[in-house]
Amino acid sequence: MSADLSSPSAAPVAAPSRPPHPLLEFWYHFKQNKGSLIGLVVILAIAVIAIFAELLAPYDPNIQFRDAILAPPVWYDGGTWRFILGTDDIGRDMMSRLMHGARLSMMIGLIVVTLSLAIGLALGLLAGFFGGMVDVLIMRFMDILLALPSLLLAVVVAAILGPGLVNAMLAVSVVVIPHYARLTRAAVLAEVNRDYVIASRVAGAGPLRLMLIVVLPNCVAPLIVQATLGFSTAILDAAALGFLGLGAQPPTPEWGTMLASSLQFLQRAPWVVTWPGVSILVTVLAFNLLGDGLRDALDPKLKR
Amino acid sequence: MLRFILTRVSLVIPTFLGITFLTFILIRLVPGDPIEVRVGERGIAPERLAQFRHELGLDLPLWRQFLDYVWNVMTGDFGVSLITHNSVLSEFVTLFPATLELALAAMLFATLLGLPAGILAAVKRGSLFDHGVMGISLTGYSMPIFWWGLLLILFFSVGLGWTPVSGRLDLLYYIEPTTGFMLIDTLLVGEYGAFWSALHHLILPTIVLGTVPLAVVARMTRSAMLEVLGEDYIRTAHAKGLSDSRVIGLHALRNALIPVVTVIGLQVGTLLGGAILTETIFSWPGIGKWLIESIGRRDYPALQGGVLLIATSVIAVNLLVDVLYGVLNPRIRHAR
Repeated sequence: MSADLSSPSAAPVAAPSRPPHPLLEFWYHFKQNKGSLIGLVVILAIAVIAIFAELLAPYDPNIQFRDAILAPPVWYDGGTWRFILGTDDIGRDMMSRLMHGARLSMMIGLIVVTLSLAIGLALGLLAGFFGGMVDVLIMRFMDILLALPSLLLAVVVAAILGPGLVNAMLAVSVVVIPHYARLTRAAVLAEVNRDYVIASRVAGAGPLRLMLIVVLPNCVAPLIVQATLGFSTAILDAAALGFLGLGAQPPTPEWGTMLASSLQFLQRAPWVVTWPGVSILVTVLAFNLLGDGLRDALDPKLKR
Repeated sequence: MLRFILTRVSLVIPTFLGITFLTFILIRLVPGDPIEVRVGERGIAPERLAQFRHELGLDLPLWRQFLDYVWNVMTGDFGVSLITHNSVLSEFVTLFPATLELALAAMLFATLLGLPAGILAAVKRGSLFDHGVMGISLTGYSMPIFWWGLLLILFFSVGLGWTPVSGRLDLLYYIEPTTGFMLIDTLLVGEYGAFWSALHHLILPTIVLGTVPLAVVARMTRSAMLEVLGEDYIRTAHAKGLSDSRVIGLHALRNALIPVVTVIGLQVGTLLGGAILTETIFSWPGIGKWLIESIGRRDYPALQGGVLLIATSVIAVNLLVDVLYGVLNPRIRHAR
């Protein structure tokens, strides 16, 4: 697997036997999977929309056009280019709201994954590294969280903290912590007795250095995959909470909340329900595709 | 055998106590005093307040309150609903069959479709069918099921008029619950019209709740089959001249089923979680809808008891799967 790998971008100065840069090798495996490439492109597009929502969106997401209530999308009879994807029940432009919703969803994914990854990683490192009582206590607690259906736990936490976007993000973060903790612990246990770890220990490295600098870098592959898939869980669960009225509150243009608040117009104006759902589906699907591709590329053992 | 079962059961006890502790703490994190929640906004005399506190055991130290709570739970007292003043356990028991019926139907739907689809995809690896199954199942896995339910209602109920929009049974019928399973109860009293009505009501919620498990089962079956099909004994079976269908159906499938059965067991949590959304969309009178309504009414004892009961059922099912597994597979039984 060396000859065709080191082709264009590997520097010709290097000796022919030099292995390709790990990133290059990763990219080679990654691009084999067309689905994950599509996922990556879609995610990048959504990210651009999210970042530049203010510039790209035709209108302010909360401005109400009283003369165009429930205006249909442009390809329907009576649709106009003024509102390409139509308007909702109080005359707000669907496209602008969806674009700002993309920003919220990407932000939810980012914050939830960062928060749960950080906590799960720390717990998993501690459990795997110290073992004994620490391990038992941490992992038992994780088992307890896992015994509750994730959406139920999120609903309960959101109900207790009170409805709102921030609380919904906290609720969804709590729910996914055990996954990261378990993965990290398993990876740490697999590494911790390897020769290189013992060597650094003998050389006098402290526990913190051993954990963060020696062991952790060798455990990241499964965590990257899980974090990518974590985006889709976060977006899906936050939207579900929004739909149940426990997440972002109207008039926030969060996709799940938009769906819930336009339910009664399902028959008269299907587009107010269709587009938020399509947005959720496409975003979540893209992250799942990307996660699958990353798994194949980062973990050759699982390769099909 | 008995030892194996006892070990498994003893492993579950700390988890159960932990869940009890968690639900105990969560309710205390609710902003506001539980008494105030009960008596409303109006102020009451301090003596009455102290009396209330005493009656509810809220003047005891926290550890005593927790022990009392555990004791109550052990003796089947899961608290009393603030709104209906019924015992939470009796409300749960009344509503649970509806959720169970829906969950079983969804699991059946997922298994009956997912298993063959996964097997065929693995056998025809790399074919158009394989790619189709994988694509569809990834889409199903990514589906926001609350939206999926709305789409199905819009298409089949509103557009084509094939299925009812919501509920469990047509209002024309009243069936006295015996088992709580509408499909069985209607047949028991010989009301075939009601049976058809119940079946019609069940179709869309089943599809909605079964979509994610279907995707999971299909994917898992495919990858388990692929792994098994590469084994030596499969090659041997082929070499012996056995027919393809015999090799796949008997030799491969039986071994591939082990991880698939585990995954099906693990879907119980997904199903009960998904039931919250599905029941809300279809006004299905089960546990999920009841929990969401309890939250809306700030009925925290009902929420607390309901969560504990759901968690207990999930633990019980997982334990059952675990034990069954040991019964079916001696290698696991003797592992420890």
